[in-house]
Formats: sequence, C-alpha cells, structure tokens
Amino acid sequence: MTIEEVQNEIIEEFSMFEDWEERYQYMIDLGKDLPLIEEKYKTEDNIIKGCQSRVWVHANMEDDKINFSADSDAIITKGIIAILIRVFSNQHPKAILDANTDFIDKIGLKEHLSPTRANGLVSMIKQLKMYAIAYQTQLS
Amino acid sequence: MFDVQKIRKDFPILNRKVNGKPLIYFDNAATSQTPQQVIDVIVDYYTNYNANIHRGVHSLSQEATDAYEQARIKIQKHFNAKQPYEIIYTAGTTHSINLVANGFTSLLQKGDEIIVSALEHHSNIVPWQMLCARTGAELKVIPMNEDGELILSDFDELLNKNTKLVFVNHISNALGTINPIEYIIEKAHSVGAAVLVDGAQSCPHLKPDVQALDVDFYVCSAHKICGPTGVGMLYGKEEWLNKLPPYQGGGEMIAEVTFEKTTYAGLPHKFEAGTPNICGGIAFGAALDYMNRIGFEQIAKYENELLAYGTEQLLKIEALKIYGTAKEKTSVISFNVGSIHPYDIGTILDKMGIAVRTGHHCAQPIMDFYKIPGTIRASFMFYNTKEEIDTFIVALKKAIMMLS
Repeated sequence: MTIEEVQNEIIEEFSMFEDWEERYQYMIDLGKDLPLIEEKYKTEDNIIKGCQSRVWVHANMEDDKINFSADSDAIITKGIIAILIRVFSNQHPKAILDANTDFIDKIGLKEHLSPTRANGLVSMIKQLKMYAIAYQTQLS
Repeated sequence: MFDVQKIRKDFPILNRKVNGKPLIYFDNAATSQTPQQVIDVIVDYYTNYNANIHRGVHSLSQEATDAYEQARIKIQKHFNAKQPYEIIYTAGTTHSINLVANGFTSLLQKGDEIIVSALEHHSNIVPWQMLCARTGAELKVIPMNEDGELILSDFDELLNKNTKLVFVNHISNALGTINPIEYIIEKAHSVGAAVLVDGAQSCPHLKPDVQALDVDFYVCSAHKICGPTGVGMLYGKEEWLNKLPPYQGGGEMIAEVTFEKTTYAGLPHKFEAGTPNICGGIAFGAALDYMNRIGFEQIAKYENELLAYGTEQLLKIEALKIYGTAKEKTSVISFNVGSIHPYDIGTILDKMGIAVRTGHHCAQPIMDFYKIPGTIRASFMFYNTKEEIDTFIVALKKAIMMLS
C-alpha cells in the first residue's frame, strides 16, 4: 500500500469513533500492541528530543524500504507513534519524504500538533523524515 | 467573610469551557488567573493614559509615571521593604535571579562557595552554575529527605567562611514544601553569606516581611499572584543593591552620558534600563491590592482546607503516591498512579476540561531523587473549590481506568 492508502485506511477507522473517549481508547490499545523496539536500540542516541515522555525510534532499510520500530514510556505517545509507524514503515525513503501529514488533523489528533513543549508528535514526524533523508542519501 | 462563590465571579476565565467541559484550573503553580479588577486596570491604562514614563513633561507621561511609582510603593508596603527604591521592577523571577547572579560576578572569586537547595527550580540553579563558571566559585547543594524537606544539619555543615551566597526557594514549585527560610537566613548570616529567597511560589499564599526575615534578596513574579505575565520584582537591601553593578545598559539607568564616561543613576533606576513594562507594573500593584482585600490569612486558611481535602481524596485511590509530604507545605499536590506515565493522565484529564501540570516541573534534580520521569501536579488557589476537586477525582479515576 502507498502511504496515502494507509492514511485513508486510518482515517476511515477513526471516522467510526463517536467521541474523544473512543478515539483515545483506540490509541491506548494501539500503544499497548505496538511491537517493542529491541532493547539494544533503546539508547540515548535514539531518543527523540522534544517529547515530555521518552520516545525511542530505530530504523533499518531492507530492499530500499525503511522499517521503523519504536517505544515510549507513555502509552498515548506509543499509540501515536504506532499510527506513524503504520503510515511510514515499509516505504521507500523518497515516499516518506514526500508524504504530507494532513491525516492527523482528519483523525482528530490535531491538538497533538500544537507547538507546546510537552508535545512529541511534531518531533516524531521530523525524526522519521530525518531517517528517510539519511537513507535517501545512501541510495543516491 | 471568605465567600469562594463571590470570589469566583471576579475571574471571567473560570466560566469558559475546555473540550466542552467547564474548565477546572489546577495549574496555579504555573500561573494564576487574573481577576476582572486587574484586567480593568490593564484596559484603563491602554485606554486612558498609555505613555512613556520618567521623561515626558506632558500630562499623560506624568499620570503613567505616578501610577507606576505608586505601584512600586504598594509592592514596597506589601513586602514591608524599608524604601521604595529597594524594589526593582523586573520581567519576573527568572530575570530577578539573573540580575543578582550577574551582579555577583565581580564580587566572587575562586575558592568562594555558593549554596543552593536540592528543591530548586531550574531558574534557581542554572544562573548560579553560570556564575560559578564565570568566577570559579563552587556550587554546593543542601540535600533533601524522602518527604521533600531540606536536611538542615547538612546545611549547617556546608556553611563555612568561604560561603558567600545561599539561594533557596521559599516554597518548592514541584512539591509544595515550605522551607524554613528564617533558619537558613540566620545561619547564612552567621558566616557572612548573603541570602536570596525565590518567592515565586510563596507570594500567592503568604505575605513575606522582608525586614522581619532580614533577607538580602527576595524575588517573585506578578503572574503567580493574579497579575500579568512579564513583570516581577527584585527586593534587595539598599546596601546590597548599591554594591551590585548595573545589569543592562540603556536609557533610564544613567545619570550622565558622554562617549568617554557614563555615570549611573541611583536606585532603583540603575537596574531598570529601557522602557519597562509600565502597564504590567501598575497591574502588579492592582493584583496585590486585590489579594490584600481578600486577605492572606483567609487565603492561607482556605487553601489549607483544599490541600487537606484534595490529599485525603487522592490517597483513597489505589496505587496513588504523593511526592512531597513535608509537614509544612502549601496547596500543591504532586503525584503518580502506579506505573502510568504522568503525560498520559494529563492528556486524558485535559480532554475532560481539567488543567494540571505534568512533567518534571523544571526541577529535574527532584525527579532524579525520586527516580521518576515526572509527576502530575495539581495546585490550588483560593478560587478553587472542593466540588472541583470531586470532579477532578472522578475524571482521574476514569483516566486510570482507560490507561490500565
């Protein structure tokens, strides 16, 4: 699936929720199900700066596609990153770089985009794109 | 007669809704809300007499200057400073601390020692680290115990003839501990050290008497005391303020300027370069008037009731742990629930219209002491109610259920 297709799928899933409670409960559940990052990658280097909770992200490339794994000590943050990983994993670096992130607004998580210091979503997206830039450079 | 419902009518923001729910504002230790009486003063200033001060001969400038200087006298009286010029207007607590830390650069040398407490906010740690880096002085720390109280016997041992400065907050922002500053000031003075007390968290809850305390410097921000952001004060004993060199150069702080030499103005202008936050200063005075009309004894009594009630209700929740259980504390409750991350609880509470602070509260050393990433902090002011605490408890239980 393309990034856009995955995003549309997520938008459709979220459209079934009637209120914030269902939305957040879903994110919490996603967070609980997030496949854990290997312990050896939970290093200081892999921590995303700018989050109130700690978030570790690791990336590797196989067959010109990037795979992400992540963990956080906060469950809602884990839910958010689970969504991001679903969107961006198993994609070509260039597709990641070209992707827009308007779907976040459409699934009612816009508040996580506000530039408060507590917020990690902006930093997370930036970090995933940084990995894409690095791998893109390797490819070209 | 203290009537919380009547008081709440003074605060228009308390009527608003957040995420469709009535706002419950429990983040008062970060900033307090502003009563209509203070908002009116701000509006009146910009509507009727906005002008630059201390220079114009015209009427508006004189009116603005008078109001600004009257407010300084209100602040002086509130803190019982000996002279109005011992009150320096600043941009807030952090600015005040930096002003003093900067001034001490030329007064310290290698071998000198500075003492801070383990309970400090970053704003009362970093400027002193920077001062130490500039001067070669050494930073010592008064440790705390599990309850979040300073260990005074350790403080006694840290003091010696090389101790030049002691910095401590009156009340800890992260835990609410009221520190025994009377003892600390007396002991510090016995070895000839100066003391700066950070009153950012104490001024909303009590009325410090700087002369009775015999404190050398006392600092606070207006926005914690129902005033606007961007203005605060530095109280300094006249002799100390005269010893410190000016902090920033500019207009207002000079007596005479030639390209060869400038002579500085006297107190307080020496430290007030440039056009100040005129409206902010006037509103600061109005905020103190407002608080004094209610009365700090009444405020403290009511807030202690809220603290006792909130603590009792919170402790009924399973796996909830309160950090900061000092015997002397103010209406701040810092806590965690089991292994749930504070950020998660804060996010869910916000969805239910409840504002609390989550994180390390700019006091990472305290979090390191307890080996936690942060806490949820509910901090009450005199306009909060027991009913709000009840709603908060229900919301908190729901958040815990969702997150477990």
